Amino acid sequence: MAFINLSNVTYKYPLTKTPVLQNVNLQVNEGEFVAVMGPNGAGKSTLCYALAGFVPHFFKGELTGEIQVDGKKSSESTLDEWVLNVGLAFQNPFNQISGAKYTVFEEIAFGLENIGVPRDEMKVRVEEAMKLTGISDLADRSPYSLSGGQQQRVALTSILVMQPKLLVLDEPTSQLDPIGTREVFGVVRNMAEEGMTVVMVEHKVEWIAHFADRVIALKEGQILLEGKPDEVLTSDLLTENGFGVSRYTSVAREAKKQGLWKQDKLPVTLFEAAEGFKP
Amino acid sequence: MNIEINDLRFTYPAGVEALRGISLKINPGEQVAIVGQNGAGKTTLVRHFNGLLQPTSGSVLIGDWDTREHSVAKLASRVGYVFQNPDEQLFSRDVLTEVAFGPKNLGYEKNKVDELVKRALSLTELNNKTETNPYDLSPTWRKMVALASIIAMDTPIVIFDEPTTGQDAVNIGRIVNVISELKKEGKTVVTITHDIDFCAENFERVIALSNGQVLLDGPARDVLGQEEILAQTYVDPPQLTRLGKLLAFKETVIKQDEFLQTLRGSR
Repeated sequence: MAFINLSNVTYKYPLTKTPVLQNVNLQVNEGEFVAVMGPNGAGKSTLCYALAGFVPHFFKGELTGEIQVDGKKSSESTLDEWVLNVGLAFQNPFNQISGAKYTVFEEIAFGLENIGVPRDEMKVRVEEAMKLTGISDLADRSPYSLSGGQQQRVALTSILVMQPKLLVLDEPTSQLDPIGTREVFGVVRNMAEEGMTVVMVEHKVEWIAHFADRVIALKEGQILLEGKPDEVLTSDLLTENGFGVSRYTSVAREAKKQGLWKQDKLPVTLFEAAEGFKP
Repeated sequence: MNIEINDLRFTYPAGVEALRGISLKINPGEQVAIVGQNGAGKTTLVRHFNGLLQPTSGSVLIGDWDTREHSVAKLASRVGYVFQNPDEQLFSRDVLTEVAFGPKNLGYEKNKVDELVKRALSLTELNNKTETNPYDLSPTWRKMVALASIIAMDTPIVIFDEPTTGQDAVNIGRIVNVISELKKEGKTVVTITHDIDFCAENFERVIALSNGQVLLDGPARDVLGQEEILAQTYVDPPQLTRLGKLLAFKETVIKQDEFLQTLRGSR
């Protein structure tokens, strides 16, 4: 049995007419790193909320179908039980910072405090998590004195420290500098290697191609394409449907028209592009 | 209208020194991108342009106005600033009121306000959303409302703080249109961005900040080709620049047409 199992999930927010998710079927194995991409309004954040139990427990609305994670049905759990297993980093880190803590260190410890982790263990876990995301030097700063990108790392760290079985990340690198982005992808990849299951909404095709096991392309609440990164990310269907592609793919697509790209398959990473363009 | 920054230093009240001696001149009509590591001081720098922050030492001149001598409200007639997070900027009941607020406040006549609002709404493709409450729109469209409400003020200088963050390909296309339209109108555009490919394709000058200082400043091609120096501020060269380098191209390429041209030349 898959670790995540969504069967025929259809969901409508309260007071809206059209469902945001329509008949979504999705299985994800334990330790798999799945990237979700899609145009704005595709339902990506809602999918994150559904996995994190916020849909329907917090947002209410109408849910049909079944959401199952680690053998438990979300319909039969409460949100407090659910969050012990599933961590969600919000799209906008400003919305995630508790506002109840004076320092970054305390902010990251907040979740552990809430579930009653002993003080000594808490300290070690917070320090390790900060080291992992490269924010140890921010420990004594106020979360509100940080730049957007620094806040985003704090938000991510405060979820990682909880060591959830399922990590759900909604555009965790949107405000990060380019090399910082690559590092966060690397951290997440390592988490998956250690057995954590990851679902990550992202637009950054180059790094999805490098780090993810599988890509889900979502559009208008439905799964348009699903498969290995190199298959999904080079599909013509993506450009036709308003998805971003890597510059390697788009330049090779144009080069192919001009007879400068000889292979059938288009590249998605730097390495593939360099191989294919070599004389 | 010139932007002139002389040995600008800024320390936040908590003691963090965010800008450590920045001197720059930005000419009228230039399209400038500012890149650099998180916490490098990018947002702190541009918040000096409209007086939201005041120099600890040094000065910022907008045309002939020293920002220390003019209020934020007055500077708003020269510098429009689109926030990184639209939710920090929007407050009106509906999109039309939001977009009209700025030009009205600047004291333009009604006809001029109507004309500016109309142009801003059509540039941002918000024509059919004028009566919607901005908070009923998706974050994507809220970003466009934030853009429209600043463009409508018709300032000679427009600043965008990470405009493409969290935007899909279609919406990035809309933002590119807005920027190229502003360029045609001769406006100065200063944009903070982490999207280096977007930067390469749309800006003629790039400034890389690192630790509150200018690390690199020059034409996009010169700056974006400096892989080792950019790495100091956590920036990678554009995808096609890296590819060109791996293929041992002699010149730095930053855009698709240049890449294809160089590729043809090398065959």
